Amino acid sequence: MNPRRIYAIFLRQFYLLRSSPTRVVPLFAWVAIDIVLWGFIARYLNTVSSPGHDFVPSLLGAVLLWDFFTRVMQGVTIAFFEDVWSRNFLNVFATPLSISEYVTGLVLTSIVTSLIGLVVMLILATTVFGLSFFVYGVLLIPFVAVLFLFGIALGIFASALVLRLGPASEWLVWPIPALLSPFAAVFYPLSVLPHWMQWIGYVLPPSYVFEGMRAVVAGNAFSSSALLLGLALALIQIVLAYLCFSRVYRSAVRSGLLARYSAESVG
Amino acid sequence: MNVHEAKINTMSDPDIILSVRDLRKQYSATVAVDSVTFDVRRNEIVGLLGPNGAGKTTTINMILGVLEPSAGEIEIEGIALAKQRSRALARTNFAAVYAPLPGNMTVYQNLRFFGLIYDVAELNARIETLLDQFELRRFRDTKCGVLSSGEQTRVSLAKALLNTPQLLLLDEPTASLDPATAQDIRRSIRDIVTHGSGGILWTSHNMYEVQDVCDRVLFLSHGRILLEGNPKTLPGEHGVASLEELFISLAREPLAYAENGR
Repeated sequence: MNPRRIYAIFLRQFYLLRSSPTRVVPLFAWVAIDIVLWGFIARYLNTVSSPGHDFVPSLLGAVLLWDFFTRVMQGVTIAFFEDVWSRNFLNVFATPLSISEYVTGLVLTSIVTSLIGLVVMLILATTVFGLSFFVYGVLLIPFVAVLFLFGIALGIFASALVLRLGPASEWLVWPIPALLSPFAAVFYPLSVLPHWMQWIGYVLPPSYVFEGMRAVVAGNAFSSSALLLGLALALIQIVLAYLCFSRVYRSAVRSGLLARYSAESVG
Repeated sequence: MNVHEAKINTMSDPDIILSVRDLRKQYSATVAVDSVTFDVRRNEIVGLLGPNGAGKTTTINMILGVLEPSAGEIEIEGIALAKQRSRALARTNFAAVYAPLPGNMTVYQNLRFFGLIYDVAELNARIETLLDQFELRRFRDTKCGVLSSGEQTRVSLAKALLNTPQLLLLDEPTASLDPATAQDIRRSIRDIVTHGSGGILWTSHNMYEVQDVCDRVLFLSHGRILLEGNPKTLPGEHGVASLEELFISLAREPLAYAENGR
């Protein structure tokens, strides 16, 4: 892999962000609104629940981590969509750029853009609503890592989906996090779900993070092997998502879709 | 010359920049390109001519690696595109009217982005040279989307020359240019070929331009090469007054030329 080519993919996004407030604001605005909304909900629940129970670490912490995962995924997909929106595939893919360099560039972009969202959320959650990350201890690092890796995997998979189905299919991508959230045990334990939903939850790495987070906050025993399983699942899913993107790309080159992408299909 | 002999010739001839052998692209029952074989040599501009839908852009897309051939081989400076895509395309670049650069980036940003992708050494100096060469300096920090179509064409040409490509593919490069600018661009590209070491594959519907700039032309119709030769002598060889007449005759009666062979 050539680092200059990876940097080029990132630099393109940086140029676009630098010159466009409409691209910068969504990096933190929606997640900030979520933190404010759920911060007040957590405060209200604290006043009506049994004394001594604090909803901030479990509820607001869950929202923060889930929004971080969403930002990571969208960091990859939006960087990919920029090439869709500007009909740039021919220019980009008729070059020495390899698929691995392209995807790595998208991931690098996502790291930077999702960190901006994470920092804004952390500042709001800690300063306004008193969320202390000391509650999670060092486990915060693997929690964030698993969600980051799963966000990358889903972002690459969603990009493959749009590459395969055409530009209009981006509308299938935006609701993916909302679609997954009932299965991922963000606000409740997996045990409250029906069995079939639990099985879906078991293949979603975030469910191990949120189960672990609630156990830590409640002072219960925490299974590190479960978190390791979540980490392994996320890594496997990144590999699968990359293979899916490569396969879709090769199919688009074979069928002629890549050269005539705006047609949405060549059948 | 059969395909095997042609392959051996390509491998032993360092003057061949682009070697296309028995290229075919088929979509279900439709054959878009069939048995296309040709070379582009160093210091040579080859015109790829043909009516709309003849298979010119399909052929160019296959050479650019964005469309996989159903059969056949493409080598760029002896490097097989199918096996070493990145190495082969590092020696190539292109400009096409249907592939404008992203309009939401400035001229400089676009050149920098593509310069990094092509891993151009001393990129800033190269960009400055091209800004001067294509009279783009005053548009350096202007977004490409607000440039006129002629100015955008000049930016595309500057991008196409960033990596000093050995093989340059130009798909109707002067289509949006006024006659004076088009002539300047033609001279500029002619100079690059004369003084450099690369070759160009050029498509155009402007037969006067083709006659002016191309050393050799290939007439493509229904996905097949029907004629090949010097654009200045080819009309006379086929009993017509001009290349344009030959083009019209070939577009209307391709079978007559197909029967005669190349």
